[in-house]
Amino acid sequence: MIEIVSSARCVACDLCIKVCPTDVFERGADGIPVIARQDDCQTCFMCEVYCPTDALYVAPLGDPAPPDSPHTDEDALVQRGELGAYRAAVGWGRGRAPGASLDKNYLFTQDAPAREQR
Amino acid sequence: MSTGDALEADVLVLGGGPAGAWAALSAAESGARVVLADKGYCGTSGATASGGNNLWHLPPGPRRDEAILARQHKGAHLTDAGWMDRVLDTTYRRVGELADWGYPFPHHDGVQRRSSVQGPEYMRRMRRRVHRAGVRILDHHPALELLADSDGVVSGAAGLARQREHRPWRVSARAVVIATGGCAFLSGGFGTNVDTGDGLLIAAEAGAELSGMEFSTAYALSPKWGVHTKGLMLQFASYYDERGTLLDLPAGVPPRQAAALLLARGQRVFARLDRAPRHLRAAMREAQPNYFLPLEKAGVDVFTQTYPLRLVYEGTVRGSGGLRVLTEDCATTVPGLFAAGDAATRELVTGAISGGGSHNGAWAISSGTFAGRGAAGFARRRGRPERGLAPLGRAGLRPTGPHTLTPKEVVAAAQEHILPPHRSYLRAGVALRASRVSLEGLWRETTTGLSGTGRDRLRARQAASLVAHARWITAAALARAESRGMHRRTDLPQRNPALDHRILTGGLDEVWTRPDPVLPVLLPARDEERAS
Ligand SMILES: Cc1cc2nc3c(=O)[nH]c(=O)nc-3n(C[C@H](O)[C@H](O)[C@H](O)COP(=O)(O)OP(=O)(O)OC[C@H]3O[C@@H](n4cnc5c(N)ncnc54)[C@H](O)[C@@H]3O)c2cc1C
Ligand code: SF4
Ligand code: SF4
Repeated sequence: MIEIVSSARCVACDLCIKVCPTDVFERGADGIPVIARQDDCQTCFMCEVYCPTDALYVAPLGDPAPPDSPHTDEDALVQRGELGAYRAAVGWGRGRAPGASLDKNYLFTQDAPAREQR
Repeated sequence: MSTGDALEADVLVLGGGPAGAWAALSAAESGARVVLADKGYCGTSGATASGGNNLWHLPPGPRRDEAILARQHKGAHLTDAGWMDRVLDTTYRRVGELADWGYPFPHHDGVQRRSSVQGPEYMRRMRRRVHRAGVRILDHHPALELLADSDGVVSGAAGLARQREHRPWRVSARAVVIATGGCAFLSGGFGTNVDTGDGLLIAAEAGAELSGMEFSTAYALSPKWGVHTKGLMLQFASYYDERGTLLDLPAGVPPRQAAALLLARGQRVFARLDRAPRHLRAAMREAQPNYFLPLEKAGVDVFTQTYPLRLVYEGTVRGSGGLRVLTEDCATTVPGLFAAGDAATRELVTGAISGGGSHNGAWAISSGTFAGRGAAGFARRRGRPERGLAPLGRAGLRPTGPHTLTPKEVVAAAQEHILPPHRSYLRAGVALRASRVSLEGLWRETTTGLSGTGRDRLRARQAASLVAHARWITAAALARAESRGMHRRTDLPQRNPALDHRILTGGLDEVWTRPDPVLPVLLPARDEERAS
């Protein structure tokens, strides 16, 4: 589930509010989104993909992380480069090749060249 | 309109996943004025945007016939060869257009490989295309009900604007496409919580029929703590028990299925991808980042460490039941109403088994195309809907008695009959009959006492949809008195040749089932044996 909106990084562009399919965020008084309805989060990583400043962290858990969990420790996660990790994996952001152009699913499905030859 | 926004369109598309996007685009290409309303955001919402799709994508030629034959066998003889052929053809053309528009398909040996689309990239581009075609996109505008004219012809829909103080909206239209996805019962599977089957409830209120609701038992494997159900890489997994002993899985069943069966029976199962060849490991990551990343975030190296698994319900999202389509342009049994994607039955192309590996994504593209064109044609032939259209919504919206139930209670009560693997992965007549009785009571309470205001108006409607689904699913699962494909009856483990037909269901206060008079269209069996 979504765990962190880093106010140090957020530029209040509202994109995450707009793209979250389950409407988890609300705009805070300072423009920084707040996680208003964490229960509605479906852990889909879409906000992480769209956030232009890598200000969001979605934990890989189906339930809210317990308070002492490493998934709520913003400083440690920032240090390990874990904010915006899915955006990097999808290859969005300046200087990155779109992940779609590196897609290797064809090696692992019916379309596999190796299998065709067999 | 003083109470909210009112718009007019030729074609209104409900849902903005791939099926809705292709439907809106196709209707606009046919010259229609189109509005698309999505519960979430067209581009990120739905199963494809999060999950990505491998596609049933084959060039013209003999491989198509082989694929049709192989699927008719695997799909347990409920498929339709004509539909499969049209779906293959349309998918191939449409994916070709996607490539022409610049989707960055990967290259291999100088050839573009177009059999897989990455969710965020694909749906971002679809949104852009739909927008450029002149479609008016309404994000965070869940539809709550259909509108009909005095002849019962579907003439629009109404809903609420979630990010605008839940203001009501209303679009009158000459035709409507339902592309609201499948129903995963709010199981939490990533990307699927928007898929609460709302479109089937609102269509059923207009009298639409459903098909294949017994094939709603799709489950997928995720890490025990998580919701990420990408399974393709598990082709390299070995499975272990809690002591780290390699499980001796039965031969003749794919290992992933055998592991799922153990989980459904309550055993603990762990996985490790120790069978992945080293030279493929980098490519595996590039293929399925949404399998690897969640596990890496959790600190698991899947190649060297075992991790615990669980079964996550995906219902008709990776199953195959949905609205019955009557014609080649995906018209439902209700005039003015068309269906596409997971909201429609996919039995025609995937039969009794999961369409999740490639068929459902191809169906979303092609059925969206058929339905969008069909709706535009219907709209052209029809006059402007009269004024004073009737709203059709009932359960969860217009209760017949005092407010007594909260959406949360109703959701939990419906889930209990469907989500647990011992209910749906493995079915039994006794449990199904018990569910049928309690679900009748739940439906009565829902229609009498469930409603909500503001955001809860949507939640109440979603809850009502789950109850309706639980009843259709249970009725269809009882009517299919046998085991076939993903429908596994422990009390009736054999396939029964007398049930070599699809099963229709529908109804709200009275749920009914009957055999589909339209029989599966199969290619000769001798060829099938050769192909499989
Ligand atoms: C993890 C995962 C992996 C998958 N992998 C594959 C694969 O590799 N190959 C394959 O073929 N298939 C795959 N599938 C299945 C495939 O994703 C679906 O078949 C496909 O997404 C169906 O498209 P759709 O547009 O019908 O539904 P969705 O993509 O689910 O979109 C439905 C849309 O309708 C909207 N909506 C819902 N209710 C309302 C309402 N009341 N009003 C307005 N809008 C509403 C939702 O917000 C959503 O945007 C996978 C599914 C999952 C869950
Ligand atoms: S992970 Fe998905 S559901 Fe959760 S906040 Fe981000 S976009 Fe919304
Ligand atoms: S998308 Fe990122 S930068 Fe924009 S508002 Fe959200 S958190 Fe802030």
